[in-house]
Amino acid sequence: MEVNDQRVLDEILESHGYGQTAVIAIMQDIQKVYRYLPEEMLCYIAKKLHLSEAKVYGVATFYENFSLEPKGKYVIKICDGTACHVRQSTAILNEIRSILGVTQEKPTTEDMMFTVETVSCLGACGLAPVCTVNDVVHPAMTPEKARELVKALKEGAGAGEEAANED
Amino acid sequence: MRINTREELEARRKEYAASLKTQKKQVLICAGTGCVAGGSLNIYARLQEILIERGVKCSLKLEKEPHDESVGLKKSGCHGFCEMGPLLRIEPKGILYIRVKVEDCEEIIEESIINDRVIERLVYHDQEGKAFEKQEDIPFYKQQTRVALEDCGHINAESIKEYIAVGGYGAVAKALFDMTPQQLVDEVSEASLRGRGGGGFPTGRKWSQVLAQKEEVKYVVCNGDEGDPGAFMDRSMMEGDPHRVIEGMLIAGIATGAHYGYIYVRAEYPLAVERLQTAINKAEEKGLLGRNILNSGFDFDLKISQGAGAFVCGEGSALTASIEGNRGMPRVKPPRTVEKGLFEKPTVLNNVETYCNVPPIISKGAAWYKTIGPDNNHGTKAFALTGNVMNTGLIEVPMGTTLREVIFDIGGGVKGGEFKAVQIGGPSGGCLCINPTEDHLDLHLDFDSLKKVGAMIGSGGLVVMNDKSCMVEVARFFMNFTQNESCGKCIPCREGTKRMLELLNDICEGRGTMRHITLLEELAETISATALCGLGKTAASPVVSTMKYFREEYLAHVVDKKCPAGQCKALVNFQIDPELCKGCSKCAKICPVGAISGEIKKPFTIDTAKCIKCGACRDGCNFHAVKEV
Repeated sequence: MEVNDQRVLDEILESHGYGQTAVIAIMQDIQKVYRYLPEEMLCYIAKKLHLSEAKVYGVATFYENFSLEPKGKYVIKICDGTACHVRQSTAILNEIRSILGVTQEKPTTEDMMFTVETVSCLGACGLAPVCTVNDVVHPAMTPEKARELVKALKEGAGAGEEAANED
Repeated sequence: MRINTREELEARRKEYAASLKTQKKQVLICAGTGCVAGGSLNIYARLQEILIERGVKCSLKLEKEPHDESVGLKKSGCHGFCEMGPLLRIEPKGILYIRVKVEDCEEIIEESIINDRVIERLVYHDQEGKAFEKQEDIPFYKQQTRVALEDCGHINAESIKEYIAVGGYGAVAKALFDMTPQQLVDEVSEASLRGRGGGGFPTGRKWSQVLAQKEEVKYVVCNGDEGDPGAFMDRSMMEGDPHRVIEGMLIAGIATGAHYGYIYVRAEYPLAVERLQTAINKAEEKGLLGRNILNSGFDFDLKISQGAGAFVCGEGSALTASIEGNRGMPRVKPPRTVEKGLFEKPTVLNNVETYCNVPPIISKGAAWYKTIGPDNNHGTKAFALTGNVMNTGLIEVPMGTTLREVIFDIGGGVKGGEFKAVQIGGPSGGCLCINPTEDHLDLHLDFDSLKKVGAMIGSGGLVVMNDKSCMVEVARFFMNFTQNESCGKCIPCREGTKRMLELLNDICEGRGTMRHITLLEELAETISATALCGLGKTAASPVVSTMKYFREEYLAHVVDKKCPAGQCKALVNFQIDPELCKGCSKCAKICPVGAISGEIKKPFTIDTAKCIKCGACRDGCNFHAVKEV
């Protein structure tokens, strides 16, 4: 683990007062920065919190939101709550998966740009079916709109990279 | 600035109420998750810009020295009419504009704010084209009774001052100075308030059990882990009126002698977390949380604990395990949460909506509360009305309102087909329907009436389904959900739900036999009888209830290998009607697998062996010649 990463972790641990009961909140903060939970970081917080690695691993694998695998830059979550389901959310999921060439088993694209997941109800049922891209809600989706959304993200991503290259 | 005494609270209330009154107009933009997704924050920003450009005095918060004639611009909680969002309400007339766009802002300021005229095209029109200017006159709102959602959508969701202005924290003052803990418990018992999270357990009894515990340290926990798919009542309350949740919890603390509280919010609700945190910070600043509240000697600290995506954490003992930083798995009971809950201490654990009902019960009294709803089921219930219904949204009605009133009067009827069923209570609930032997439309929605027909009110999700919904597929959907969310601790739930899901998959994919049906029934009974927690015990409910009311649909799947609703793809075959087909070849071009062939200007045919049943040909045909058989 890099020195820089260690500093980030120490700051997060510090902000939670090294509390054992805060382990979930600590992992959430780590994931906010790194978009997943790298193994060596879990070992590090286990040591610092005086918890066994098994316990930390147990918590990390229990909750749906924690990922031990790196995720793409854009995390697209398709809501599969009841309301979205009865308004045909599956068609949208299939569309996005087929455009990006990902599956349930392999949810992230090779170039680490996109991760496609389903999520249990987001509570935006009034706008069903919905999907979110990095927590921004996109309402009343259709397969057509899904195609446009992915296209816009791809173009936006490309533009962002060009800008970065110019620097 | 800290509020030190009860008298000061009253003085501030008057001051804030007065400055609220000087705003000659108030524009409330709905900033619930739904409308925010529809772009309501851009509307807020644009309105602010125009008001400044036009030189109209606008106040974004309550001013200390109020200017007369200023326009209050604020972000409110959910107005409920999510289908029509983004919503904008103009006070004092109570005008509601629907589906507002950024481009409408200029006109709204010019016409409605400066010239005091109503813009006809932005108000709600019913199906007959009748216009409704005032929010309260719209049928969707007219039949609602708002108690828990009283202020949601009517005040600035981020302002403690506005909450105090409408009487907020008055119930806490009353609880601290005019009532003993026993009297508080008695009042809540007398009101017969029952848990709104699904169980319907009497809240007063729960509180009295915690009050009776001799322990020094006790906790008040709010269950905001609203995981039922198709439910968003609690989210709207936490986002739209966070101080009411805090006030309800404070009263529970005063009543039971607890000085620490936790609000457990699921991670999927980032806006709720943000609003609650703002509210907690402001309440602490005002001295309404923390040490020596209103100089009463009572201390109360409140923290937010965020979930990380586990439905089972809505179960009491799993929820407390999660706050403690463990895997959120339920444990064997007894001891119950009221004896040994969070950190092994006596704990009051109620749902968000339950806490929201507490402040009005304390301020207005149990006698008032009992005027709403039938005996032993008093009060109101919030429902999230979703699915195939015209007006999706958040509603609150007196307990005992009929399903017909909810779906047809408030909900405006069924969308895209005929009414078939309504799923109530999420993955633990059942379905209500209309068929030759049963008619549930006139059923009263309350704890006891629903129990009689084998359904439950649950947390309040109402998903309406039309005749294009396949009930076997719906049961499969819920079983898939429960199976995914099973924590794996007890065998009946871990293995049982998996096997039930396999059986349902078989049925939906055309491999079902009569044996599947009997096996499903057997498993349902065993799991319900032996699972450890509520999640497992009720996991089979959607299957049991759909089998009870839609048995012929199951039989159609296993015996005739047909899906009457046409949802189960494996059981559907596409055919081109030679009478209707014009031989244009469009379908052959659309087909992704080349299963359609034919000669131009002659009827085309589908090769069923190649067909993947995607339905693209049906959707693409201009002559409706592709049929499902």
